[in-house]
Amino acid sequence: MNGPLLKVEKLTKHYPLGSGTFKKSVPLIRAVEDVSFSVEAGETLCIVGESGCGKSTVARLLMRLVEPTGGRVLIDGTDVAGLKKDALHAWRRRMQMVFQDPYSSLNPRLTAGQIITEPVENFERLSRKQRQALAADLLRKVGMSPEMMQRLPSELSGGQRQRLGIARALSLNPSLIIADEAVSALDVSVQAQILNLLLDLQQQMGLAFVFISHDLGVVEHIGHRVAVMYLGRIVELAPCEALFANPVHPYTEALIAAAPVPDPTRVRLEAPVEGEVPSPINPPSGCAFHPRCPLAVERCGIEVPPLVPMADGRVVACHVRAPATGIPRQPDVGSFSLTPLA
Amino acid sequence: MTLLSAPIEYVPTGRLRISAMSRLVRRHPLVLIGGGLLLLLVILALAAPLYAGDPMNMDPYKRLQPPSAEMWFGTDNLGRDVFARTIFGARISLMVGLISAACATLAGLLIGVVAGYVRSFDNVIMRLMDALMSIPTILLAIALIALTGPGIGILIVAITIPQLPSITRLVRSVVLGVRERPYVEAALCGGARLPKVLWRHILPSTIPSLMVQSAIVCADAILTEAGLSFLGVGVPPEIPSWGNMIASSRLYLAVAPMTIFAPGICLAVTVLAVNLLGDGLRDLFDPRGKRRR
Repeated sequence: MNGPLLKVEKLTKHYPLGSGTFKKSVPLIRAVEDVSFSVEAGETLCIVGESGCGKSTVARLLMRLVEPTGGRVLIDGTDVAGLKKDALHAWRRRMQMVFQDPYSSLNPRLTAGQIITEPVENFERLSRKQRQALAADLLRKVGMSPEMMQRLPSELSGGQRQRLGIARALSLNPSLIIADEAVSALDVSVQAQILNLLLDLQQQMGLAFVFISHDLGVVEHIGHRVAVMYLGRIVELAPCEALFANPVHPYTEALIAAAPVPDPTRVRLEAPVEGEVPSPINPPSGCAFHPRCPLAVERCGIEVPPLVPMADGRVVACHVRAPATGIPRQPDVGSFSLTPLA
Repeated sequence: MTLLSAPIEYVPTGRLRISAMSRLVRRHPLVLIGGGLLLLLVILALAAPLYAGDPMNMDPYKRLQPPSAEMWFGTDNLGRDVFARTIFGARISLMVGLISAACATLAGLLIGVVAGYVRSFDNVIMRLMDALMSIPTILLAIALIALTGPGIGILIVAITIPQLPSITRLVRSVVLGVRERPYVEAALCGGARLPKVLWRHILPSTIPSLMVQSAIVCADAILTEAGLSFLGVGVPPEIPSWGNMIASSRLYLAVAPMTIFAPGICLAVTVLAVNLLGDGLRDLFDPRGKRRR
């Protein structure tokens, strides 16, 4: 198989505000704007960003739970948007999703066994025996006892429910799993169990993940590459270690600086960025980050910075740190600097 | 990890459900009382020809008799057996009530799911239902019957139509709430097609509130039928129905109270039984109260 497993090109989603029956033009929420990335087989791509930056919309666009306004999603080179009903149905087997909330993403009226075998039964008829064998197999894969299959979700703990969510996603043997804040709703100790489960499954089955999170600690633990989103756009996409060791985009730098570090002796740096995320209804001109950016120059308010490839394989959208013209270079020191996190 | 390697034993779910059901019935006596009462009424009504006399047989010499061993509830102003008429009246009342409620529930469910899931139909359907709701039930039924003439079939239609809005609105509101649930999205991600999503993930959520609403509709339908018959636009007067009986005996209340008490009490008991059953079923279908083990 040549080329990346998943390729996303210029994905865009605008939500109109209101129906606009009586108005000539309705304001748009620019949830996702011009997002491009690719995921190789067996790779974990993390998408991080603050709430409301369009992370979850990207996940929903990938799963075609919402239709994109523009752009393409390619799986093995096939455009998902062009697929008709039946082909789309078949394509769903390749890509599955693990949801954020393990409480509301499981139907409270179905047993664990019914929940995790349902996707398979959408594609083929299973006998009672086959269904039970499949459910037992899936439950074992996610580290649960097969006896759990008669339980209702309300009889399970949060961690067990999220395991069910993962088992459901695994049931179709997908190549790619999209995990939208898959561990955010769980306790820290349970988070670790679920993350390790995901890593084990990735090794065993060669799964690729698109892992959406706001928790940088989690991202550092499991990511191969990380995309940082701000107000619907990717501002930096870099290999995980490089990103954490040496963030280039000022927003990435601020995000990493703001993440809590479990070390009482370390002095917390004041977050260098102030203010709130602007509204995506009326985003700032030019670089969306410029009103909060300590490095902003005049150009930032006028022109949207393009994603510029840097020497170490990352791409960054910043006029100051990664100017589009000229040779890719190492980040220079701006008006503020932070010691990279160890 | 011993748990994982333990042999899997499958409990036959069918038997489990039955025992769970019987326990639930014990825990929810309302179902038992309401359902039992209703079942008793239905059996009594169905078996009427076996034990009750002829409800149409007139005997002018035995008019307005008090209850006796022969005529348990006495006789009415035309000398007809009130007991037989009450029992045969139950057939009409129950039939009209149950069939109207079933029709209203099924049609309302269908319309409500369409309105809740297909956004483009929502506005049209709901405005239509608003229009229906603005007309008083009895008035609408009378108008419909006036259009076609009396008859049991049209009576059922005339009682069903005014009941549609309440069911439709209820189903629509539940569907609107459930369709955005992550588990519905998860089902779509898993490749489930729309009919299956509706059937397996959306419809079951409507059942608890639908049960209660159907019971209310059923009770309402029984009362409407009695009301229409009382007004003389329902069941033709020669056919015994509780509404007809109350209407024709209201002048003789002081002379022969049984002629009006018998159908009146039956009406009240039937409506009570239906409402109890509805309340009990709601508790039964609520997944939070469900215990499997």
